[in-house]
Amino acid sequence: MHKRLIVPHALFQIMIRRLAHQLIETHHDFSDSVILGLQPRGIYVADRLQQTLQDILGVTVQTGYLDITFHRDDFRRRATPLAPNATHVDFSLEGKRVILVDDVLYTGRSVRAAMDAMISYGRPAQVELLVLIDRQYTRDLPIEATYTGQRVDSQHSQRVEVTWKGPDAGEDAIWLLDITPDQEQPHATA
Amino acid sequence: MQQLSVRHLLGIKEITPQDIQLIFETADQFKEVLNRPIKKVPSLRDVTIANVFFENSTRTRLSFELAEKRLSADVINFSASGSSVKKGETLLDTVNNILAMKVDMIVMRHSSPGAPHFLSRKIKANIVNAGDGTHEHPTQALLDSFSIRQKLGEVAGKKIAIIGDITHSRVALSNIFALQMQGAEVAVCGPPTLLPKFIGELGVKVFWNVREALQWCDVANVLRIQLERQQGKLFPSLREYAMYFGINKKMLDELNKEIVLMHPGPINRGVELTSDAADSHHSIILDQVENGVAIRMAVLYLLASKG
Repeated sequence: MHKRLIVPHALFQIMIRRLAHQLIETHHDFSDSVILGLQPRGIYVADRLQQTLQDILGVTVQTGYLDITFHRDDFRRRATPLAPNATHVDFSLEGKRVILVDDVLYTGRSVRAAMDAMISYGRPAQVELLVLIDRQYTRDLPIEATYTGQRVDSQHSQRVEVTWKGPDAGEDAIWLLDITPDQEQPHATA
Repeated sequence: MQQLSVRHLLGIKEITPQDIQLIFETADQFKEVLNRPIKKVPSLRDVTIANVFFENSTRTRLSFELAEKRLSADVINFSASGSSVKKGETLLDTVNNILAMKVDMIVMRHSSPGAPHFLSRKIKANIVNAGDGTHEHPTQALLDSFSIRQKLGEVAGKKIAIIGDITHSRVALSNIFALQMQGAEVAVCGPPTLLPKFIGELGVKVFWNVREALQWCDVANVLRIQLERQQGKLFPSLREYAMYFGINKKMLDELNKEIVLMHPGPINRGVELTSDAADSHHSIILDQVENGVAIRMAVLYLLASKG
């Protein structure tokens, strides 16, 4: 399996900090804004952004985890059931400015499901999308990110992998991998 | 992801401890869904489920129907009273006619033990047994174990006494299988006329004295007296049953330990349980009802994903 480093550790830190500053330009003190990380891997981005915003602004931005399993459109089209993850949204989204956060934007189907799932917690005033990597030209649905860490040209036979210091016991980095069909993972269709 | 080892949920005996674990983990997530402002997900949007009840039921049918609707399935309800069954139609013909209307899953209650097992060999749709005679009621047993797990942290190592009419209960057998499968110690307690003769062969302790059973157990799962299923007089009177096997708050207070009180409902208040016991802090009866919807959502979701 061929594996190419596309975002090394140092650049990763700069990318997160830049995204945090972009959010501040739009959301100021985040008094009406919340972050929702998409399970399973978007929650790491959400946590890191929350921490970075805390360091810069000194405020704790309300952050939740949203699972989209029951809202996916490929249920009953898969060989095995989709494993649900925990959802932790202990605040209402009614009238809030929501920043949906995921690691990789690929087909756009996860984001569609996330918007569907999110509505269960209230009607937001506005919804934005932040992703670390935008796999451009691979969209099945007309969905684009508001904030993007980096755009990447990739093929369907490739996968973008974001590794995190801590949860993955490695280093913050982003990789592009060549894969075989049997290696494809559910979150790779994000 | 792991998947269920079965295409139908016919009884606890047919599934594995891994299946139970998977159902519980999925139900945990559905409990979260049920606490959202909008308690509905589109998972079974393309699935039609028929609730086929050849026997009366209120809470089980409502619980299944709510679970199906929370999953966005299309639901039809069939009850045998006033149907072609009264005109002599066979079970298989009735169900085949329902399936001809493009139904994907059948939730079935029948007075004959083994009826859903028979159907599972004849039809392609997934079947969930919602109670077959005095045999099994698997989703009730699952929600009971799930409620114990929620209250006490785990089922393994806990002592559970099933008290009441064991012979005529479908809940008892499914509970014994489910609890033992998860590593619990199980006992039954009731008058000898309401305990099956060879119940001890299932590896359960037998008590004939309710105070001894309560002293022994961590959880008392009290069953309803099934007067409608009893062929003859199996105890002198309800009053006498209540005196010897009924549980009241005073008995619970006299125990020098905390105990969890369960009942699958409907309660005969003043017979199996007095109101002060049923409504006491020991009781998790309403939690059982709430958990029933989440468990049934999990079962339907996992079976539907098996196609």
